[in-house]
Amino acid sequence: MASSPRRKIYGLLAEIVCGIFSATSAFVLGLILYFIARRGLGAISLTFLTSLPTPVGQAGGGIGNALIGSAIMIGIGALLAVPWGITAAIFLDQHPHSRLASLTRFACRVLSGVPSLIIGLFVFTLLVLPTRTYSALAGGIALGVMMTPLITLSSETMLATVSSNWREASYALGATKQQTVRMLILPTAAGGLTVGVMLAIALAAGQTAPVLLTALTSRFWLENLAQPAASLPVLIYTYGISPFPDWQSQAWGAALVLVTIVLVLNIVSQALVSFGNRKKGM
Amino acid sequence: MLTKKLTSHTKSSEGLFPLVTALAAALLLALVGGIFWVVLRGAWPAMSTFGLGFLISTAWDPVQNLYGAAPVMLGTLVTALLALMIAGPLGVATAVYVNELAPSYLRRPISFAVELLAAVPSVVYGLWGLFVLAPWIRTGPGAFLEQNFGFLPIFRGPSLGVGVLTAGLLLAIMILPTITALTREVMRGIPLDLREAIFALGATRWEMIVRVVLPNSKTGIMGALLLGLGRAIGEAMAVTMVIGNANRLPISLLAPAQTAASLIVNEFPEAFDLQLSSLLLLGLWLFIITSLVNMAAIWLAYRPAPVPTEQGGHAHGK
Amino acid sequence: MAQSVSLRNLSVSFGRQQVLHNVSLTARAAEVTALIGPSGCGKTTLLRSINRMHDLYSGAKVSGQILLGEESVYAKQTDPVELRRRIGMIFQKPNPFPHLSIFENVALGIRLHGTTAKTALADQVEACLRRASLWDEVKDRLHTLGTSLSGGQQQRLCIARALAVNPQVFLMDEPCASLDPISTMHVEELLAELSREYTIIIVTHNMQQAARVSQQAAFVLNGELIEFGTTKELFLHPQDTRTEAYITGRMG
Repeated sequence: MASSPRRKIYGLLAEIVCGIFSATSAFVLGLILYFIARRGLGAISLTFLTSLPTPVGQAGGGIGNALIGSAIMIGIGALLAVPWGITAAIFLDQHPHSRLASLTRFACRVLSGVPSLIIGLFVFTLLVLPTRTYSALAGGIALGVMMTPLITLSSETMLATVSSNWREASYALGATKQQTVRMLILPTAAGGLTVGVMLAIALAAGQTAPVLLTALTSRFWLENLAQPAASLPVLIYTYGISPFPDWQSQAWGAALVLVTIVLVLNIVSQALVSFGNRKKGM
Repeated sequence: MLTKKLTSHTKSSEGLFPLVTALAAALLLALVGGIFWVVLRGAWPAMSTFGLGFLISTAWDPVQNLYGAAPVMLGTLVTALLALMIAGPLGVATAVYVNELAPSYLRRPISFAVELLAAVPSVVYGLWGLFVLAPWIRTGPGAFLEQNFGFLPIFRGPSLGVGVLTAGLLLAIMILPTITALTREVMRGIPLDLREAIFALGATRWEMIVRVVLPNSKTGIMGALLLGLGRAIGEAMAVTMVIGNANRLPISLLAPAQTAASLIVNEFPEAFDLQLSSLLLLGLWLFIITSLVNMAAIWLAYRPAPVPTEQGGHAHGK
Repeated sequence: MAQSVSLRNLSVSFGRQQVLHNVSLTARAAEVTALIGPSGCGKTTLLRSINRMHDLYSGAKVSGQILLGEESVYAKQTDPVELRRRIGMIFQKPNPFPHLSIFENVALGIRLHGTTAKTALADQVEACLRRASLWDEVKDRLHTLGTSLSGGQQQRLCIARALAVNPQVFLMDEPCASLDPISTMHVEELLAELSREYTIIIVTHNMQQAARVSQQAAFVLNGELIEFGTTKELFLHPQDTRTEAYITGRMG
């Protein structure tokens, strides 16, 4: 028995085209990573990672202050976003069908679609303009504003994985909602919540526009939070568009460092998620 | 022994807990409103000075304090649409391949690669675009278009490497993962028994895709495309590094231009008073447009599909 | 033209779990054969092996032989697409395509395999809907969505859809399980009509239904064929004690 060969051939051709398109997508990723590695590796050294930038032409410049600046601002952002986001997620988990919950979810989705540039403009107008200072604090807050909706949405998903079976057992023992959240739901979902935070941090680490508009940049070590601060993405931008070859190669080096950090965070998160799924027997 | 009265678990046993959590949620709502309000306030001087004419004026003169958004709006539109035209088919085809066609050993690597593409920061895309993509375009496709089709205004040279084409191409790479991921999710939602039903009629795999999977994914795919478009409109850093930063109406694909986002990044550090307010007004428009596009995308992509029901009448599952 | 379906030493396993052990039976052409037995005992797996539905999923291993008439279903040169055209399948939950009208649901099969000429198409669709005893109820709303019908009507629509590709065999997996008694009655009447021209293999939980509609019946328990024979004999004089236990309701 045989069906029309024309149908078979047509299907095969279409499938091949789809395959080629997918290969293109994968190929592009390879291309990008390849160039970053090739041009960035040369610039990396211990001095590079630990020293301050030097004037153009002078050897030995580094990204030390940018690394620390990024870390501090991400830290500030996380300090804002993690408690806020998880608390909001707890609300969404406890009252999933309420009006406030649907509105909040909607707000989070809208917020996560807002260009990061706008968040930068927001914090700039709110904090930098009135005080006439660019500051690490403002930069941290901008990152925090970016991270909060993401953490809220991902945390809600993670909290929902705690089955109603266990929750009801807890209530049946006479526990209050607060106790149940504190002693059952949060600990059980802790792994998933961590993954959500890690992904948000990975996103924040790569943000340029909100940090550029609020913390500007700096060529010195950060001494207090009310000063402008250097950050990795802003450094990549400023050095990248500069006309100086040694700054440009430093930009590649910094890009390699940034991409490595971000990719590692993403890969580890994925690994944790599949590990967690396997533990649950999925 | 029930020493505690049964009525002792009143609302106060929960303490401030419900209030605190509700507050956290409400503050998120306030945040959206707050962002809009703050940016609006900053944009107000420009708004009251230029009104809606801001959108069609081509002036941008800090000396005379005349600002208009037409060139950058057009630049944003052209680059975003170009990106969508490239990334749309590519992304949907990749999603079809990964979800329906790929042998299982290829499935994880390809979707992994696409997810990693999404994780690369935009400034790194910009760097790569500036030093790898732009030179290639300048001497490769750009030169080709200039030499062979340069008589058409849309391909008029000189091929500089930076410009609308490069920005559109770079944006396409950046929005590809968004489109692929959401399209995959939509297709995964097609119920198994519909696929089996057409299979049982004697259809090939491709026929199943074309006659059942894709028609039932139509609105979801449109949502995915809109989401990609929204991202392309709002992208600032990568675009500003490869678009050439020329605040003019873009006529040729090979010419340098400017988008709303890239203009803001460019002029921001040195802007004051009315110029700053105009930049903020641009930002406000970006906020409104991307929010509308994203809301439409979410509504389209997450709408539940029509479900067969027992009752008569035109019942669509809700 | 109906064909017989023969199973010879059919065994099916999913990964490490074996679901069917060495099943052999022949469903005679133009007759109804019922597969009865408790839930989860492999009846559906058996049915889906016949039209190679398991090809869709990795991990299924099929050994033994299935013959459609004289031709082997699992032979290397067998084209599974053509095989599935010759074997129609009706599922437990009616599944008309939600994005197509009643007309298009039936026409889809015709478009896949044959004519697309407009008038010929309309005639064929009408013929199939008549054969499925659905024409009178839907003739005035052919272009409304397939999902706008009641459950029983949807199932008959699925039968019309399957008829459109001119099969020789019908596989039915508990087709009345989600229908009310009146709809069930309609579908069973339809079944009796169809069995004059098509071979039908029907999985059913409902023993009275099996007794009503089938000429032959197979009792399957834990993936094994316990007993197979004419329906009358199986029900009135079961040879195996387990068959008797199931029929008299002592076994779930």
